[in-house]
Amino acid sequence: MARALIKVPSSARRGDMVEISTLIAHPMETGFRASADGQRIPRSLIRRLACEYNGAQVFSAEFFAAVAANPYCAFFTVATESGTLRFTWEGDDGFAQTETVAITVT
Amino acid sequence: MRSRRRAVVLAVVIGAAGLQSTVAAEQGADSRRSGFAFMSPSTQAMQRDDTQNPGMLMVGDGEALWRRKAGKTDQACSDCHGATAASMRGVAARLPDFDLRVGRPVNLAERINRCRERRQQAEPFRPESQELLSIEAFVAFQSRGIPIAAATDARLAPFRERGEQLFRQRMGQLDLACNQCHDDSAGKRLGGSVIPQAHPTGYPIYRLEWQSLGSLQRRLRGCLTGIRAEPFAYGSPELVNLELYLKSRAAGLPLETPAVRP
Repeated sequence: MARALIKVPSSARRGDMVEISTLIAHPMETGFRASADGQRIPRSLIRRLACEYNGAQVFSAEFFAAVAANPYCAFFTVATESGTLRFTWEGDDGFAQTETVAITVT
Repeated sequence: MRSRRRAVVLAVVIGAAGLQSTVAAEQGADSRRSGFAFMSPSTQAMQRDDTQNPGMLMVGDGEALWRRKAGKTDQACSDCHGATAASMRGVAARLPDFDLRVGRPVNLAERINRCRERRQQAEPFRPESQELLSIEAFVAFQSRGIPIAAATDARLAPFRERGEQLFRQRMGQLDLACNQCHDDSAGKRLGGSVIPQAHPTGYPIYRLEWQSLGSLQRRLRGCLTGIRAEPFAYGSPELVNLELYLKSRAAGLPLETPAVRP
């Protein structure tokens, strides 16, 4: 299932600033809401997004209850060499998802 | 017998009149605007960029479901409908259409569920379930950019007329009709929100208030609750008639599925 959408330029020149954007499907349940039968809906949040560029972390973010469902995150990095960008989301209840995207630097 | 014939003639006349009015609307200055035009620039940007638009996640889910085998016949939607981009192109733009078997208009959700029951021999999806919405989004996505087609089928005319009556009928404890807000006061504000013209151009929509994808029927039920009327049930003839009327009212505006709305 396509549960994450990632946009990375497929090629870039060395030294270029590239924009990377990510969107992931997740309810981001705050833990403060009650369901129709009055039961509290347990908290389920993505806690952290990290991006590694050829093994070196270039970006990370922490998410909290005020972040909307299906969180979108965009950031910039400098294209240094060809390789892979590895995105890892971690969250409550053992939520973990990893996606990798290739980038060619000329 | 004579009265029935008269009814048919009347239906044809109404159908033709409806067609003329939409043609006239296209020729003159068209003041109709999609809900997109009433949104903030940031919400518009969210819809324009497929990586920002959370509805695209559901389109992806829908595609996976479309290709998954289901039911006793062990068939996937794609087994019959083949190249989806071609076979489903424009389908969402011309629904609801008249179904001979049940003798009334059916919308996209019902079409999908009937196909599921009859061809796949599988359990129909619950209304407003994630599965149904994602397949709807995937099918409607194939019609993105295609203008909504005016229903020319004369058999639809009485249903569309009933839909229009409902649109103009005061309802609920607030005693409001749809047209009082969406025709007479469109562009003004209700609380902090701009009142749009109620053109169903992007369903199923990703609504920020819902934090999820939802159907036109969910939106209509939300509005009915807002005017403190008892909402019609999912799949009820009233909601389908309203959908039919709203689609013909919006004929010519391009489909935007999956749209983002505040």
